[in-house]
Amino acid sequence: MLTRSFFLKILSGALIFGAWEYAGRTGVNYALPTFLESMKALFDMTMSGLIFEAYADTLRPLAVGVFISSFIGIGIGVWVGLSEKFDWLVSPIFIIMQAAPLAALIPLLIMAYGIGLTSKVFVVCIMAMPVIVLNTSVAVKNTPSSVKEMARSFLGTEKDVILKIIIPAASPVIFAGLRLGVSAGFIGAILAELKITPTGVGDIISYSRMTADYPSMYAAIFSIILLAVLFLNLLEKIENFFFKGNNQGYIS
Amino acid sequence: MSDQTTDNAVSVKNIYKNYGEIEALRDLSLDFPNGQLTSLLGPSGCGKTTLLKIIAGLLPATQGEVFVNGSLVTKPGPDRAFVFQDFALMPWASVLRNVAFGLELRGVNKNEREDIAAKYIKDVGLVGFENSFPHELSGGMRQRVGLARALSVDSPVLLMDEPFSAVDEQTRRKFQEDLLNLVKNENKTFIFVTHSIEEAVYVSDQIAILLPRPSRVSEIIKPKGFRNKDVDSIRKDREYLDTVESIWKSLRTYVE
Repeated sequence: MLTRSFFLKILSGALIFGAWEYAGRTGVNYALPTFLESMKALFDMTMSGLIFEAYADTLRPLAVGVFISSFIGIGIGVWVGLSEKFDWLVSPIFIIMQAAPLAALIPLLIMAYGIGLTSKVFVVCIMAMPVIVLNTSVAVKNTPSSVKEMARSFLGTEKDVILKIIIPAASPVIFAGLRLGVSAGFIGAILAELKITPTGVGDIISYSRMTADYPSMYAAIFSIILLAVLFLNLLEKIENFFFKGNNQGYIS
Repeated sequence: MSDQTTDNAVSVKNIYKNYGEIEALRDLSLDFPNGQLTSLLGPSGCGKTTLLKIIAGLLPATQGEVFVNGSLVTKPGPDRAFVFQDFALMPWASVLRNVAFGLELRGVNKNEREDIAAKYIKDVGLVGFENSFPHELSGGMRQRVGLARALSVDSPVLLMDEPFSAVDEQTRRKFQEDLLNLVKNENKTFIFVTHSIEEAVYVSDQIAILLPRPSRVSEIIKPKGFRNKDVDSIRKDREYLDTVESIWKSLRTYVE
């Protein structure tokens, strides 16, 4: 369906890719291929199956890390939001995790967990989890007290209040945190492949950089961005499906 | 068992409530006759809402007891339903789910509770809005949802915390008329918090005037003469006007 917003999205894409193509053709930098060259490289990699092999490697730490960060992150976030003591105990860890320069921590992770999957999952989690935990806890703390009182006055149990009031009420901010966390997780997954052991998409990026195969390098970068965007769109769809009236904010 | 179980739906006995150093309520006692509407009227900060929430079981009293139909209140119970000043609707839930929410929390199954909710949605005049979300409704309609939710659990006591203060004046007058009919037709006891003198005199069988710092009941007024008149002539009634005037005289010294 050709709606106005769809048209604008196409236009926005055309402008950026057009600018890329133009910059590639005029040769601002010898290392910048044109958009079409990069797309051709992506097409070749798809045809040869190379990109699928690469994603099979990349997606493993990414999926595991994002899954752990989302579920455990939201769980810890809800708990932090509900209990002041737990907040004091746990929040500093996540604030430090968020503030610490990850690249500097990678050598420590390698020493502790080796160069396998565990270290990479850790990198993804360190990137993704703090923002999910902190957003969730803030959202839980800010649940309007009158809605909680309402549930209590209509005989809701503590569990009802958490499941039927606090979590739905916090869901817009939880989902905002998830979006930020998941995109940070993508960054973490690639960072892990560049800094720990070159596998998957990270391997394509570093290998094609070394062999000066710039179209392939850009194709790999493009594909990971595309995947991240598609995944974020999916998250938004899930949110709208579950909490339909919520995107209008609070009423009083 | 309290001695007035037959006459009084709710009895408040020697209630004290302190918030730290601040004394919100001191030795407050009050009876709420069965099937009548009692207003708690007073300037802001006099503890009206605090008292209502203690009766609801949402706040613990520092000292003293509340009885509802003879049983001691320690927590919210099925014998009381609450109507909130800010409606307290769930923005992520449809009108139907909001109205049925009290029943949902009581474990009534989905079909049954939606049938009951549909009846009360009809009673409050929201037919056709069952699947709307709260943000799509006007302020007055939102409070109708809040009222339908409280009615659908069919509690003998209805606690209303300034229910009409967030709606516009015209809607408010309509609500007041509807409330009079509700009191007449439903065999329920209403406890109604308001800061509007006119509203209190218009809708109440009994008005408890609360004075602040520390809060206490300074006077109980029971308008008699115009209670059975029709809704249009109450505001012109001599006794109505005199009552409003005398309450204002006793309250004005407490208003800065």
